[in-house]
Amino acid sequence: MREFDYRRAHDVQHALTLLAADPDARFLGGGTNLVDLMKTGVERPTRLVDVRELPLDGIEPTAEGGLRIGATVTNSDLAAHPDVRRHHPALAQAVLAGASGQLRNMATVGGNLLQRTRCGYFTDVSGPCNKRVPGSGCPAVTGEHHQHAVLGASDHCVAVHPSDMGVALTALDAVVGYETGEGPEEKPITDFYLPVGDTPHRETALPPGALITHLILPPPPAGARSRYRKVRERASYAFAIGSVAARLTVEDGRVAEARLALGAVASRPWRAHAAEAVLTGAPAGGATFAEAADAELAAARPLPRNGYKVPLMRNLVVSVLTELAEEATR
Amino acid sequence: MTTTPPAHRSVGTARTRVEGRDKVTGAARYAAEIPFTGLAHGWLVLSTITRGRIREIHTAPVLDMPGVLTVLHHGNAPRLHTDYVGLLGVPPDPAACLFQHDRVPFAGWPVALVVAGTPEQAREAAEALTVTYEEEPHDTALTADHPDAYVPEGGMPAETSKGDLEAELAASAVVVDEEYTTPEEQHSMMEPHAATARWDDGRLEVVDSNQGAGWVQGELATLFSLDPAAVRVRSEHIGGGFGSKGLRAHQVGAVMAATALDRPVRVVLSRRQLFSLAGYRSPTIQRVRLGAGADGRLRALEHRSLNQTSQVYEFLEPSAGVARVMYDAPAHRTAHRLVRLDVPSPTWMRAPGEASGSFAIEVALDELAERTGTDPIELRLRNEPDAGPVSGLPFSSRNLAACFREGARRFGWQDRDPRPGLRREGRWLLGTGTAAASFGAGAAPSTAQITAEPDGSFTVRIAAADIGTGARTALTLIAADALDTTPEHVRVRIGDSDFGPAMIAGGSMGTRSWAWAITAAAQDLRERLIPGTAVPPDGITVRSDTTAALGALSRKERHSFGAQFAEVAVDTATGEIRVRRMLGIFAAGRIVNPLTARGQLLGGMTWGISMALHEEAVRDHHTGAHYAPDLAGYHVATHADVPHLEADWVDDHDPDDPVGIKGIGEIGIVGAAAALTNAVWHATGTRHRHLPLRPDRILTAAPGTKGEPTKRA
Repeated sequence: MREFDYRRAHDVQHALTLLAADPDARFLGGGTNLVDLMKTGVERPTRLVDVRELPLDGIEPTAEGGLRIGATVTNSDLAAHPDVRRHHPALAQAVLAGASGQLRNMATVGGNLLQRTRCGYFTDVSGPCNKRVPGSGCPAVTGEHHQHAVLGASDHCVAVHPSDMGVALTALDAVVGYETGEGPEEKPITDFYLPVGDTPHRETALPPGALITHLILPPPPAGARSRYRKVRERASYAFAIGSVAARLTVEDGRVAEARLALGAVASRPWRAHAAEAVLTGAPAGGATFAEAADAELAAARPLPRNGYKVPLMRNLVVSVLTELAEEATR
Repeated sequence: MTTTPPAHRSVGTARTRVEGRDKVTGAARYAAEIPFTGLAHGWLVLSTITRGRIREIHTAPVLDMPGVLTVLHHGNAPRLHTDYVGLLGVPPDPAACLFQHDRVPFAGWPVALVVAGTPEQAREAAEALTVTYEEEPHDTALTADHPDAYVPEGGMPAETSKGDLEAELAASAVVVDEEYTTPEEQHSMMEPHAATARWDDGRLEVVDSNQGAGWVQGELATLFSLDPAAVRVRSEHIGGGFGSKGLRAHQVGAVMAATALDRPVRVVLSRRQLFSLAGYRSPTIQRVRLGAGADGRLRALEHRSLNQTSQVYEFLEPSAGVARVMYDAPAHRTAHRLVRLDVPSPTWMRAPGEASGSFAIEVALDELAERTGTDPIELRLRNEPDAGPVSGLPFSSRNLAACFREGARRFGWQDRDPRPGLRREGRWLLGTGTAAASFGAGAAPSTAQITAEPDGSFTVRIAAADIGTGARTALTLIAADALDTTPEHVRVRIGDSDFGPAMIAGGSMGTRSWAWAITAAAQDLRERLIPGTAVPPDGITVRSDTTAALGALSRKERHSFGAQFAEVAVDTATGEIRVRRMLGIFAAGRIVNPLTARGQLLGGMTWGISMALHEEAVRDHHTGAHYAPDLAGYHVATHADVPHLEADWVDDHDPDDPVGIKGIGEIGIVGAAAALTNAVWHATGTRHRHLPLRPDRILTAAPGTKGEPTKRA
């Protein structure tokens, strides 16, 4: 019997103290990923600090006109919130594209940011994996990598980040807020997720022992349209093989502002800066969108068996941007 | 043969399951849920290498772990008697015959069983058990030109041939010559295998989840060299079997441990363990060559199929067998070959042979329809055989044409423009497709007992299995009619080997075989019941045995038939496919319970969607082991993948069966994947010949895509 200690935190400071008392403790949000990993033996915490009861479940407007989203807001509540649906439809669509109704009722925003890859080697404790056991090797490079990364990967790890929500947040310039015990801190989500490099086990810039408390979503520009599209190997309840979150502002037929993030292509939600550079100021049309997609995907380094992701992402980017441009000029 | 008595008619009326309330309220207990006093729990340890030899099993540290009672392995397990042929004419799969030697023939081979006081203790200790191996190079990859392919002996037969194939092909106006492949597919039943074994007063009792209590009882008695009368196997409720739930490692492990410890022991397989221990549908590589005149009439038909099996067990997936039933030609050849690889043993899986074989031949027929400019239904009707293409025997009934005509009418086939790639709705291309289906209709000897109770009710006892199909309910309706009473007066008890020999739930033969035995017993019982005379306190019991009656059946081609129709939407930019609707019309004998029959047929069609679009067990050929063997990695269709489906049937009473039954267990899946694949061609103009129709395959095959074709590892 694998025993562990379970504690319920009643405020943020209490949560940090409970976690600090045990070096192998983990925060427990909805448990929709952590508990699975405990069952398979990937995670073996000796203590769980349940943070679901913390008073971090609100979604409130910020002074700048954006939204402050508490870390324990459930995915279901996030996707259903009127301000999220109205101002950040890509985020609501991304959340609803993930998991199932039951899981979304349990899963929390903070936990979603920290969910682990679904790479089959990572979840199989009988074999090596650099992310699970640093230095043990990556079987995916020579083995099964049909669903693995084509951007920003290294020889150490080619796993992809599983989150849908994170892709939308990355496109929408979200900021992650957390508490370290020495005070609150914030980090843009693009800095929050680390490049894979030779440390695939280090996934985020969250300091050890810190607790995610909230997200900040800045207000979208006037007239902006956003959208999330996910492609997977069945119609529901599967992780993406490719996804796109995009926000487009079109003025006088030209792209005034573009935000683009790609999912299921890298170890983290992939912010498409190269594509955005092509888009900004260019005519809002198919040629621009294709050029933007190609600019981003020029850096793609597919493995022998995941080359399809390059045309898939190209088509998805063009399709989603075209839809947004048509919506903007309707 | 008697006909159904006139006063009561339950067969043909829609009835909910007699145990439905128990199932939805949780009152129905499944094998892993039944409590036993003093129960211990076993957890299997599976090999982490793919081929080699066990060097050492370090049991000492694990035996010191909390709650651990014993560790069984090849060094201490009892010797089993494995050299026999079981009820279904095949020897036991060595993967079930635990711990008889130190060889490892595939990844996930059982090497030890850790038994402890709780399931958690057993699992923790099993995961802590260190096993060292001498590893050897392995080969797990099935290839069309594998040098070790061979023609298996006996059985089917493996090959049939008539006419001069090459001459007819050369003389054909149109030739289709293509390779089709299907991947490894897993049964994925909801309830994993589970068994509890205990010794009770010198008798071995096993509570299990299986497709034939008597079947498993016979296997266990033989393996452990026990008097069959000293072994009882019960299997009350089963959460799906699909061919996988026969003798497996869990029962053998439970019996070994219960014997060693002299206390009840339960062994439950995990979802991951099922992937290597519970059988699967072998991947197939099939080659179909069709030669036809300009009118589409076949002159030559060749269907070859290659499948894999394990190093320790020979299992043939008879994919080319479907051509022996469906289509005739002056030159006709079917052939099977096998390759032994370092992989787990495959087994029967819903519509073995027909599911995979119909994909190849029915897509090939669609290609022939395309190339001859013939309507796909008309092409099939033009090639309807008068007798078994290989056997020459008459068909007991062959209502395929009726299925196509009724299906075409209801699906709106007559309005279909045959040209591909024309219909667009937003980003979706739309298309429709059809395919034929068939599955053998058989019966096997069974025994039944019926007791007339003093209160006027009846108790039927038969070692049948309700694997979720509604068999218990169907048998209740059949018994009620045969006894000329209402279903409320009939109790059907099943799933107990003490009830005597009976056919398993398999081969679409269960209900027909059991119904025959029940009908025979009922007839006998009614002759013994004297009107106006009281039934004695312990009732009047009669027994039947259908061995002689079945032996007297004339030889015929006996099959169910069907026509599958599908409409799909395809986005070639992303490779996504969405099924819009499906219709299946079947000629499958008399339908006993329309409610559960429709469910079973729709279930088969749903699996057909899953087979067409999703299912694929992936093996890493470098390690030799499965990649992501769980229901997150192995996709089955979700609700969102399954749109409006309709299943219905045409009248098809089997005159040679006392109830008129043929069997509906498998036919629902047959042809479904082909109909969908043909619809994808009609939508896009691109022909797909490899399952599943993954987005990457659709995407990279689309004209103008700068993609690399992708293969699994």
